[in-house]
Amino acid sequence: MDKLKGLKCRECGRGYPASPVHVCEFCFGPLEVDYRYEALKGRVTRESIAAGPPSMWRYKDLLPVEGEVAVGHSVGFTPLIRARNLASVLGVAEIYIKNDSVCHPTWSFKDRVVSVAVTKAREFGFDTVACASTGNLANSVAAHAAEAGLASFIFVPADLEASKILGTLVYNPTLVAVQGTYDEVNRLCSEIADKYRWAFVNVNFRPYYAEGSKSYGFEIVEQLGWRTPGHIVVPCAGGSLITKIWKAIVEMAALGLIEGPIRTKMHAAQAAGCGPIVTMIKDDTDVLRPVRPSTIAKSLAIGNPADGYYAYRVAKDSGGFGAHATDEEIIEGMLLLARTEGIFTETAGGVTVAATRKLVEAGIIPRHESVVICITGNGLKTPDALADRLAPQLTIRPSLSLFDEALARLPFHAAQEER
Amino acid sequence: MPVLVRIPTPLRSLTAGHAEIRAKGETVSELVEDLERQFPGLRERLLDDQGAIRRFINFYINEEDIRFLQGAQTVLKDGDQVSIVPAIAGGS
Repeated sequence: MDKLKGLKCRECGRGYPASPVHVCEFCFGPLEVDYRYEALKGRVTRESIAAGPPSMWRYKDLLPVEGEVAVGHSVGFTPLIRARNLASVLGVAEIYIKNDSVCHPTWSFKDRVVSVAVTKAREFGFDTVACASTGNLANSVAAHAAEAGLASFIFVPADLEASKILGTLVYNPTLVAVQGTYDEVNRLCSEIADKYRWAFVNVNFRPYYAEGSKSYGFEIVEQLGWRTPGHIVVPCAGGSLITKIWKAIVEMAALGLIEGPIRTKMHAAQAAGCGPIVTMIKDDTDVLRPVRPSTIAKSLAIGNPADGYYAYRVAKDSGGFGAHATDEEIIEGMLLLARTEGIFTETAGGVTVAATRKLVEAGIIPRHESVVICITGNGLKTPDALADRLAPQLTIRPSLSLFDEALARLPFHAAQEER
Repeated sequence: MPVLVRIPTPLRSLTAGHAEIRAKGETVSELVEDLERQFPGLRERLLDDQGAIRRFINFYINEEDIRFLQGAQTVLKDGDQVSIVPAIAGGS
């Protein structure tokens, strides 16, 4: 099928053939995949999507893969959960969790973008894939490269969480630990990508890679019964996900899969110690001021987000806003989600839950409207964040009488009745 | 001040294919003017209609983003290495 026109500059509109390039040669604006929507309209229907596989590939017609899917056949179609307990605590009528902490195979939404990028790398005949990462992307690129039988180079900040390093090395990539921040790793990778003919998923393959995130938005809408929520709260690092969820909703309306007008408000969630996009929204300026990150939410620690400008625009244009979460609020957010819904998310998810709470308390998200909280990564990848907060309540030798004594000393022992 | 400037691929059509060129200027602004003198057409690609550095281009002096320094007014010294890098890259 001839659904792809090619690539198009988001700024000046110049067109390019579909190839591994990511910036406009003239104005340096980002290139985006350009589809023939007229060919897709009427062909992509609710029924055709529902008849597809239980994975992100049920939306393959709206993704930039033309041939066969090479890797990650089971990625996506993660649960959308009605979070009644959390809604009750926050005092909101309707909350849903889109739970990519259980995304196959590396437990984050990055599997969506990587399966597209690695498939395209194969289509374009590359033998090596690479990325700059704060961890989740590293895990996913290494895993999918292994599945594809491609070599991989993974560049990460040297101070990354141990679980994310191990969760990358297990797939046998070449891991390069760079002594610097993610932004420095990223700048280095831009220069390396210019010199070596590798498929850098988030540099020269970025136009294709980023499109994979649309599947997260498509799934939210389909799983809500082909309707859009009042609000979506999205964690922002590079700022791509929030723009692609929005694009997904806009495309679904354009293709007649949902009825317009779109009323969903898109809200950005960032850490207080690295929140340049939310700062733009709060200050109402389209000029991004890069920051030096200082936050426990390392997967969101991008001080110079590539899509910062566009993320700001999506929040503003949709009528949404943003909130910053301090390290303490991030931990509380992780614990709140775990203790109300039984979902253990990483620090980024703590940011999103905390930001949602703040937006509700500030009256920006009205309590009677529906909210989707985007949970994009798994708590088992960032256990260090909680290590000094949690410990077993009782440690005893295997004796019933010792247990009885220990139980009696617990602060809530009065409530523990013998059977 | 003479400095070494790294030119990204999209601009090499204007620099006769050179990936690194020598140029001079007291500040980043003056450096851009010297680049324009040596390779006419470069200024338009680096600066917008208002003369500001384009939104999607980042300048680094010895690995430091000039937005953490004094932007286009950042003073250059002898032997500095300047990288011009497209801003659009990354995503954790």
